[in-house]
Amino acid sequence: MSETAEVKVKEPLFSKKNKKLLTDPLNDDNPITIQVLGICSALAITVQVKQAFVMSVSVLAVMIFSNLIVSLMRNLIPSRVRIIVQLVIVAALVILVDQVLKAFVYDVSKQLSVFVGLIITNCIIMGRLEAFALANKPFPSILDAIGNAAGYGWILIVVAVFREFFGSGKLWGIQLIPQSFYEFGYFNNGLMILPPMALITVGIIIWVQRSRNTKLIESN
Amino acid sequence: MKVFRNLLDSVKPNFEKGGKLEKFYPAYDAFETFLFVPGHTANTGAHIRDAIDLKRTMVTVILAMVPALLFGIWNTGYQHFLALGQPDATFLEMFSYGAIKVLPIVIVSYAVGLGVEFIFGIINGHSINEGFLVTGMLIPLCLPIGIPLWMVAVATLFAVVIGKEVFGGTGMNIINVALTARAFLFFAYPTLMSGDKVWIDTATASGEALADGYTGATLLAQSTESATNYVNAAGVQYTDVFSSAFLGTIPGSIGETSTLAILLGAALLIYTGIGSWRIMLSGVLGGLVMSLIFNAFAVNPFMEVPAINQLVFGGFAFGIVFMATDPVTASQTTRGKWIYGFLIGVFAIMIRVFNPAYPEGVMLAILFMNVMAPLIDHYVIRGNISKRLKRVKVAA
Repeated sequence: MSETAEVKVKEPLFSKKNKKLLTDPLNDDNPITIQVLGICSALAITVQVKQAFVMSVSVLAVMIFSNLIVSLMRNLIPSRVRIIVQLVIVAALVILVDQVLKAFVYDVSKQLSVFVGLIITNCIIMGRLEAFALANKPFPSILDAIGNAAGYGWILIVVAVFREFFGSGKLWGIQLIPQSFYEFGYFNNGLMILPPMALITVGIIIWVQRSRNTKLIESN
Repeated sequence: MKVFRNLLDSVKPNFEKGGKLEKFYPAYDAFETFLFVPGHTANTGAHIRDAIDLKRTMVTVILAMVPALLFGIWNTGYQHFLALGQPDATFLEMFSYGAIKVLPIVIVSYAVGLGVEFIFGIINGHSINEGFLVTGMLIPLCLPIGIPLWMVAVATLFAVVIGKEVFGGTGMNIINVALTARAFLFFAYPTLMSGDKVWIDTATASGEALADGYTGATLLAQSTESATNYVNAAGVQYTDVFSSAFLGTIPGSIGETSTLAILLGAALLIYTGIGSWRIMLSGVLGGLVMSLIFNAFAVNPFMEVPAINQLVFGGFAFGIVFMATDPVTASQTTRGKWIYGFLIGVFAIMIRVFNPAYPEGVMLAILFMNVMAPLIDHYVIRGNISKRLKRVKVAA
């Protein structure tokens, strides 16, 4: 059996390959800016840093456990019904996360409202389950989940920092732009609060990323 | 001219390949071609010999905007002295007051926009186009006089970078750059772009604002109350709202109040063939048709505004003449131009009437149709191809 043969060649825990699983999604293979997945939540809940942070942590939790569970079950799931099995797993985890949020950070959970539930349909999670967890062992799957969730999270938080700072003059709910600025004629940028600006901010991040990392530029 | 030529020639070696300032060649090139005919000619392929180039096109459009600009400057002063209760101020006082208020906006718009163009030209090593010359004039003309200068700068920066440079610079943008700037301000700082406080400069000599009693809503904002007998809050009564809106002695964005001044510009654009008369005519027709339909089924005061008044209110004329005809973002095909212009007129009036929160429907209508223009062209061309194919089949 090929599988048993692989086990014998014991891989170090953080081999080069495994490290790549963690670091690739942060930049070269970022789920938002390169694969353009999970855009919907990136637009919807990046008005405040706090929301974006809680959302990122929730997605991280759901992703790690769903990747782990699916990876453990990968040889048991019939491929015809795999999507529905994955959905059940993700949905169960999302309900857990939702309950935890409601119990401990009720106000944020209220602001996030429907978007916690919509983690179920987050394309990044389904994408990683399909593309990675179904074909890999539990440990690399967990690394892959952490990497992708972190790649998703940092974009979310960067976008949220821009939007909250310019849109309401705050960060994490703390007023950063002093009142004297407003008296002097400064105004918060209302467009930043509207979803289009999130799209434009993501676009600018993609722009900066591609001009720094020229191998990402498609040639045609 | 000789002085410029000598000056340019003396610094030229610095900018050529191998020179100290080689990187800044695009900037040098911009100044040289701005002042003189370019020293190089196209040497491949067939090309049309014509004196008209991008520079001359742009300058013609700017000339066409001069009446609207001059009128806007005077009107700024006129509205100011009217608000102060000194309607007998002399023409010169009004004009110079307006100039002091309007010119800084124009200067900021040009400085920021050209700055961005130069930076991108130098970074990308492409020549700097004259594309911003028109945009830089359009931006101030479509803003209210009360706009702070830093907002003009931010909006210009946003519009030129996001609206134009990311798509590849002059000639590659999909939406009108000046309108992008206006839309940015409209959504980002709505309190300074609409309402009744921003259209008239009410600062008194001592720097205090007037008493709250004086409001200067635009005609569009007031047309709910009575469209044909518009009463200015200061007590100035316009018995004939049409003629004052046509002449432009009303509060509004700097360059858009006077339909007469805009028509002068339109005449120049049409005469020189630079602005498409098809788009202008079909835009006006679209607006007329839509408002006549609304008049026929009027159930609220918005729908009752007479069709002819809709054409002179707000930025309709300005948008149709100077913005809808932007050759880059408009439809390219002849039939496409008719459809494009007509739909701009229709949507502009529709947005005005159905959504009073967005009185300036022209801006949104033009931006929307900018996005749709390639689709219109696509179907016009496809239609033409299938028509000709049919003819071939019949003949065969």
